[in-house]
Amino acid sequence: MTVTARRPAVGARVVVDPRMRRLYLRRQVALFGLLLPALLLLLVLFVYPILRLLVTSVYDQGSFSLEHYQRIVQVDLYLRVMRTTFTIALQVTAICLLLGYPLAYFLSTLQARTARLLLILVLIPFWTSILVRTYAWMVLLQRQGVINRWLIELGLIDEPLRMMYNRIGVLVGMVHVLLPFMVLPTFAVMRGIDRDLIRAAQNLGATPLQAFLRIFFPLSLPGVAAGSLLVFILALGFFITPALMGGRTDIMIAQLMEDQIRTQLNFPFAAALGTVLLAVTLVIFVIYNRLLGLDKIFGGDVS
Amino acid sequence: MTVQPAARQGARVLAERQARPPRFALSWSRLLLAALCGLVLLFLVAPVVIVIPMSFSAAKYLSFPPPGFSLQWYENFFNRSDWTSAMIQSIRVAFTVMILATVLGIMASLALVRGNFPGKDLINAVIVSPLIVPTIIVAIAIYGIYARLHLVQTFIGLVLAHTVLAVPYVIVNVTATLRGFDIRLEQAAQSLGASPIQTFRYVTLPLIAPGIFAGAVFAFIASFDELIVALFIAGAQGRTLPMRMFEGLRLEIDPTIAAVSSMLITFSVLVLLSAELVRRRSRSEA
Repeated sequence: MTVTARRPAVGARVVVDPRMRRLYLRRQVALFGLLLPALLLLLVLFVYPILRLLVTSVYDQGSFSLEHYQRIVQVDLYLRVMRTTFTIALQVTAICLLLGYPLAYFLSTLQARTARLLLILVLIPFWTSILVRTYAWMVLLQRQGVINRWLIELGLIDEPLRMMYNRIGVLVGMVHVLLPFMVLPTFAVMRGIDRDLIRAAQNLGATPLQAFLRIFFPLSLPGVAAGSLLVFILALGFFITPALMGGRTDIMIAQLMEDQIRTQLNFPFAAALGTVLLAVTLVIFVIYNRLLGLDKIFGGDVS
Repeated sequence: MTVQPAARQGARVLAERQARPPRFALSWSRLLLAALCGLVLLFLVAPVVIVIPMSFSAAKYLSFPPPGFSLQWYENFFNRSDWTSAMIQSIRVAFTVMILATVLGIMASLALVRGNFPGKDLINAVIVSPLIVPTIIVAIAIYGIYARLHLVQTFIGLVLAHTVLAVPYVIVNVTATLRGFDIRLEQAAQSLGASPIQTFRYVTLPLIAPGIFAGAVFAFIASFDELIVALFIAGAQGRTLPMRMFEGLRLEIDPTIAAVSSMLITFSVLVLLSAELVRRRSRSEA
């Protein structure tokens, strides 16, 4: 009875007979056995390595030390990397919100069928390799690139603009990669908003703008929050786009970690940087998970 | 006669509804919004599309529109063993990862949805966390232990590391279909004498197939596109396609990448379409 006194699993019966109870327990053990391989893999190759990383970060030559963390805040270069990372993540989130909110809103007002068709356009880049997309932007943005040549031919500029190997290139590339992560959760929430509420507001005398600002917008905020947090944490750990399209002085934390390991061979310092990044990510993730489940983003069915 | 007042009232409500302009009438603000969204969609899609004509360019350097048609970049790709071997390596790794992750993922999903054991929430959190922990952290953490396990620069090492990243996709997709599944179907099969394995094979599996398909596709792509972990642990011998592309973009912008990219884009579009078809079919059956 103690087993069933707690919330029973789907399909669990009220178990009275001890024989039935034994069967139930045997079934639970068998189910746990099914979980074991995946769980072991994650424990050995994910949880344990990360815990070891955390431990490594607080050791210096065999004894406990916060030396590596002190370096992060004391050395100007590293502090600047931290600041750059947060600034870029914030800028990317803001731009994604600015572009993504109207798009999600527009899609949510369309008929389901049309919205699905247009969503495919959002999903095609989502499913395309980041390297392919970065290449495309390099073709478009470089000095002799498509955009510069068109602007010159149109007579709008005389000299090619610098749009790559600087902040602009990083922002364009990252927004392109992260925009779907803003649009999909925002759209999912907006589609669930009852349109009769807006009609009701308008019947009661609200102008369309008032109805939008006082009814629709607040109701869409969970989606906005979820999308923004997701974009922000994904942006913090970005490596490929800044490595290929960024300037030499505009370095993000993931690039610094790679450099510390591959060229400086300073694993503990990279571990400390990783720990900081992980801590920030996890805090935001916990907030995120409270707002909207993970499966809203990573599930196959987005509509 | 008695229904008339009600009917009249109904008609009035309907008439009012029609008289009130629909909320989304073709107004200037609506047009402006549509135009803005068109631009955003163009921003999303144009770079992906522009790569395809570039890959058939006859020019030796980047130019758009391309001056003439040529297959030189495709020839270059298929004639150079550094490109083809990277492609083959990526397909081998991703295919193995897909199978491993799908099998482990289905098993774990059954346990997570049907089971009732202590610490399930914690296990759930552990299982989805590879989706959210920055890949660079996973990469250096795994790199840190692989040296001692002698798994650096091995095929199995890369496969296992990628499986860690791929399993969550399978679990998220399969548990979603399992939750929307009527358990009484399984109970009915078992009460009619089916063994647990028969029940799984003939009842559960066909019903959760769309979730499995989506999860497997995600798992394949998670591995096939993965660069950062591979960069740390694969080594020059086991170089994957993303690693080769990364090199090609870091040093100079090699136009061969346009050919590779076009093939990858075609592949993604095919995958997306087939996923859509599978879902439609499973919906019409349901």
